[in-house]
Amino acid sequence: MEPNGVNSAEKLEVLLVCEDPPQMLPALEKHFEVHVQLDAHISDALPAAAKHVCALVTGTLVGAGQRLINSLPDIEIIACTGGHVDRIDMAAARVRGIPVTNAPGISAPDVADLGLALILGVSRRLIESHHFVRDGRWPEGGMGFGRRVGGKKVGILGLGGIGRIIARRVHAFDMEVCYSGPGRKDDVSYPFFDDLSEMARHVDYLVVCCPESPQTRHLVDMPVLRALGPEGMLINIARGAIVDEAALIEALAQGIIAGAGLDVFEDEPHVPEALTAMDNVILQAHVGAFTTEAKLEMVDVTMNNLLNHFAGQPLPNPVG
Amino acid sequence: MKPEVLMIIAKTNPVQLEPAVEAEYTVHKLNQTEMADCESHIGEYKDRVRALITQTAPGADATLIGALSKLEIIACSGAHVDAIDLAAAEARNIPVTNTPGISYDDVGDYVMAQILATSRRFSEADRFVRSGRWHNEAMGFGHRVNNRKLGIVGLGPIGRVVAKRGRCFEMDVCYTDVKQIADVPYRYFDDLVEMAREVDFMAVTCKSGAATHHLIGAPVFEALGPTGVFVNISRGVVDDAALIKALGEGVIRGAGIDVFETSPHVPEELLRLDNVVLSPHVAGNTEEVTQAQSDLVMANLSAHFAGQPLLNLVEPGSH
Repeated sequence: MEPNGVNSAEKLEVLLVCEDPPQMLPALEKHFEVHVQLDAHISDALPAAAKHVCALVTGTLVGAGQRLINSLPDIEIIACTGGHVDRIDMAAARVRGIPVTNAPGISAPDVADLGLALILGVSRRLIESHHFVRDGRWPEGGMGFGRRVGGKKVGILGLGGIGRIIARRVHAFDMEVCYSGPGRKDDVSYPFFDDLSEMARHVDYLVVCCPESPQTRHLVDMPVLRALGPEGMLINIARGAIVDEAALIEALAQGIIAGAGLDVFEDEPHVPEALTAMDNVILQAHVGAFTTEAKLEMVDVTMNNLLNHFAGQPLPNPVG
Repeated sequence: MKPEVLMIIAKTNPVQLEPAVEAEYTVHKLNQTEMADCESHIGEYKDRVRALITQTAPGADATLIGALSKLEIIACSGAHVDAIDLAAAEARNIPVTNTPGISYDDVGDYVMAQILATSRRFSEADRFVRSGRWHNEAMGFGHRVNNRKLGIVGLGPIGRVVAKRGRCFEMDVCYTDVKQIADVPYRYFDDLVEMAREVDFMAVTCKSGAATHHLIGAPVFEALGPTGVFVNISRGVVDDAALIKALGEGVIRGAGIDVFETSPHVPEELLRLDNVVLSPHVAGNTEEVTQAQSDLVMANLSAHFAGQPLLNLVEPGSH
């Protein structure tokens, strides 16, 4: 689609403030004059030329604070390249009648797949195996045994889009599923636990899939980890702040839980040395959504929202 | 009086087996390393032992079987009995039992884990975080697993587990085998190279043996292509030299490898590659499998001494 004006000599101007996905910039440049300002969310120094853009393109991590939104008097749309808009000041956008769009659900299967990789990885000691071979230790003797996933219980904290995909996947591995969250879901038959500690006591794997909010901050704390117990494993593919990382480190070091698979941390990219030195953890660099295929889809959806807006068409993915 | 048994002590024994055997029987032990010269170690009890408990490796040769004059049963912990001299056992009507089929799920799970790990650059990302590189750079992208095409070489019991797991990732599953299988919904290819051309992931789960020796070589890797990922848990089926060449030259994207022709020695070239996930033949190694293995060995021995039918009799001539 080529909206009026967009393909003429005078391209509309947009401001891009996120690096993710990297394929966004070349896609935007085909239709718009693009100003790139990757520190826009922390810096007040927005160049004058960038102030008169008509669209703001941001990502889930960068978001758009009130100050950034208000320093752009001419924006007509805020397009988020990812699903979560919790770091976009929706009130500031609403006050000015600026629509916000997102690219929802695209990477949910990818994040869920990494969750499965972590469940299987910590159970079957996948990373340890790899290093065992690479470091040449195999000729000296066999490696220790991992654990079977089949027949074990998985507790999902937050049965949203990602949580549901994980539930479906682990079910095919003959694992039992239950969940906890703000309320029971009517359309699933998995057992629901009101109380997170009670669910942790019941399961072998606690998989954190819920959004970050003041209510979920440090929701997984020492009492929950104690309930998970010495055979239990924690998987976090959501946000680092949902887990009390200091308590987790203590629980892992003291055998209060057996192991952990972590894609997210409280202070990324800083990962405590206590964690990086541990054998009973698998660490990933917040790469749940990092597949080339997901990134290309995010670009397509974001472009579609922008081009529809400037063509006066209904927005495919309006938020709020 | 408890029956006397001889237990071969091997590195691969399930940890649960020795105490279980000791609780039920009067146990004599022979270390795996002493087997070559067994006659000088078993003299004291060789005419009293009624059962021999051994492992897939090292099995039991004709010398050992022949030396145990009162032997009534050979219980193998493990599915494969190729290292047991079955002819020597059969000549004396000594039944051989094994522990088949207990790790199919575990091996299937491992194949899926390797598919995920290879596509999502799992091992690389773990090193990236631990080495502190995340402070200065971003981790590159992996590749999607869900919705892609998975080709299974050999739709036996393990292949079927892989197919089931693959389906839950919304993968489009197809397979090749000696002939089409009637009761499965997956697309069949009678040509391995043609299937390789079609799929994003190829998992080798077929039986080892003369018929499949080096079944997978350069033509398969070329057909799999630069976006293809290869996973192998079957011994002897893959031409390792061709695989190493394909990985090193980017003919395929990556591989998850649990078995090697030269194991436990792994070719240097593989150790240096970033696009591989390696493991020391552990696809079937879980605590649950060793427990089940130990339980089955014990159950076969109990059945024998109680005069009951054996649970896992290896049919003479079946191997």
